Amino acid sequence: MSQLKKNPLRKYIRNGKLPHFFCPGCGCGQILNYFLKAVDDLELDFEKIITIGGVGCTARIPVYLNTDSFHGVHGRTLAWATGIKTYQPDLKVVIFAGDGDLLSIGGNHFLHAARRNLDVVVILVNNFNFAMTGGQVAPTTLLDSVTMTTPFGSKEKPFDSCKLAACAGATYVARWSTAKPIQTIKSIKKALQHKGFSLIEILSQCPTNFGRYALKTGDPQKVLGWIEEKSMTKVKAEKLSESEIEHKFILGEFIHKQQPVFQGTSVFREVEH
Amino acid sequence: MDKKLKKKNYRVNSGIHFMLGNYAVVEGALAGGCDYFAGYPITPANEISELMSKRLPEVGGVFVQGEDELFSIYSLVSASLAGAKAMTATASAGFNYMQEGIGYACAVEAPCVIVNVQRCRGENFATQADVMQMRWGASGDYESIVLAPSTAQELFEYTILAFNLAEEYRNPVIVMSETTLALMRERVEIPAEEKIIKKRRKYTTLPPELYLPFKAKKNCPPDFAPMGKGYHTLYTLNYHNEDGTIDWNDKGYRKLYQRITGKISENRDKICKAETYFMEDADSVIIAYGSEVRPALDAVEIARNDGKKIGLLKLITVWPVHENLIVEIAKNVGRVFIAEMNIGKYAGEIERLCLPYCPVNRITKNMGIIHTKDEIYSAIKEAL
Repeated sequence: MSQLKKNPLRKYIRNGKLPHFFCPGCGCGQILNYFLKAVDDLELDFEKIITIGGVGCTARIPVYLNTDSFHGVHGRTLAWATGIKTYQPDLKVVIFAGDGDLLSIGGNHFLHAARRNLDVVVILVNNFNFAMTGGQVAPTTLLDSVTMTTPFGSKEKPFDSCKLAACAGATYVARWSTAKPIQTIKSIKKALQHKGFSLIEILSQCPTNFGRYALKTGDPQKVLGWIEEKSMTKVKAEKLSESEIEHKFILGEFIHKQQPVFQGTSVFREVEH
Repeated sequence: MDKKLKKKNYRVNSGIHFMLGNYAVVEGALAGGCDYFAGYPITPANEISELMSKRLPEVGGVFVQGEDELFSIYSLVSASLAGAKAMTATASAGFNYMQEGIGYACAVEAPCVIVNVQRCRGENFATQADVMQMRWGASGDYESIVLAPSTAQELFEYTILAFNLAEEYRNPVIVMSETTLALMRERVEIPAEEKIIKKRRKYTTLPPELYLPFKAKKNCPPDFAPMGKGYHTLYTLNYHNEDGTIDWNDKGYRKLYQRITGKISENRDKICKAETYFMEDADSVIIAYGSEVRPALDAVEIARNDGKKIGLLKLITVWPVHENLIVEIAKNVGRVFIAEMNIGKYAGEIERLCLPYCPVNRITKNMGIIHTKDEIYSAIKEAL
């Protein structure tokens, strides 16, 4: 009899927490895998990683991880992160946030944490809508998209979270999609090793809500295909005019620089490494 | 490093001072072991943040001025769960924003101290109008511990007490300050460091594989595990099992919240503190809390000079309600007066407890100014 192979990343999963609750075809499971692959490749001390999720589909990722975790309040992930990082700087904090969590209700915390260059990794899973609540318009929903609260199409322009983070002062910024596992994992690794505010936006498919309402398909492959079709690498985009890339998702690494990190006012505290 | 700065590296500012109420809070917090403070500017609580920003880093703590009050309360909770003795200070309008985080702190049983300097809506005049909000301002089931100082000395002492209660019961504790007290200078006597009692939450002695983060005895808080040591605790607002994981079940939910509320309400007699004045032969009593204790005590003295047998019950702990003591007093007097600086809020609680035994008179004032002793005394004279 052949022996069952155990997934090497299984050891990072909280006991008995699988199968997860994500919809079939959702990108969150992939992102969970990408993150663990990055952690495993880097051989990081998993005990020293604190994972944080707010409220939403993405926010459930930490629930499955065998770490100290915070979960369950909408938008306050970066406030939690600041409390931990200023009090115990030796811990590594990773945030999993959806676009609604990070850019809508948590928008102010996002700007200020980036401005301060708080040493934290933010994995932003952008599925273009509020998915857990049933598919309402989000700050990332594209213009004219139909959602549950924009039956005539969204009349608001979406945020470009990478540009926003860069303007606010983030020191590592990248964007990839779930269809680009190699690049995504590489960026997560860089962010985990980077000292400062890191944002990795991962464009992800939500077949259940965004797919069905905005794209009129519940097929995850088609939703992913739509993301792929609209995506373009930074290298390619740089050669094109602004009007040619207007409605494209630009993928790549935008910022990577070293700057002093935030520690609160703490005159006599030495940062432990 | 600046040598001058190092010289001031002391936590307990022992001695006799003529001190601002807000500064007394800071000295109390430092004496009580505070090592994390987050704040957001708001009058009349600013002096607390200002002095903290200087004093706390000097003694090795962390000070952060955040982007809003939501930041304050959540960073407080996470620092606390990382092991800090954490505090924030705000005024009424900022306290509104913090409710959400207080609900979370109660659910994950994070000890922390919140100072709420009450003020009138948008204006820095005196009030006690937040007394009900401090009990159950957040959504969901929980119980609060709220302490009401009436002098600068008590602001110092009760802030230490607040840290001790927070640590002991793993619950947020609110120090209910008021514009009147916060911006007043008074004599404050700070004892020697060794005289100050400091409590710490109970840490688990179990190894990570045997530890359950929310397993506790009936009406007790669970043992605490440090962060980043392999205990992998999930702190979620959602219903959580004893192992911390999310898995809804109705009986578990009931049991969890019976314990979270029971650890406060069933230990009421251990938590609650009060002081009585002229009660030995009193046939009626004024109940007051916070700054209202001051004119109430003066009014009692006038009444005594006039031959009226009136006593005073000063509530140090406003929430949970000191039920047994209040009922006991109601049984033994002919009338109870409740003096407060709002439209009559705590009066409802007093009536609930006292009305089966004696009449209750409300002495309320909601004009942004404290009662005078004459106002209280004339209300008493009218009723008797």
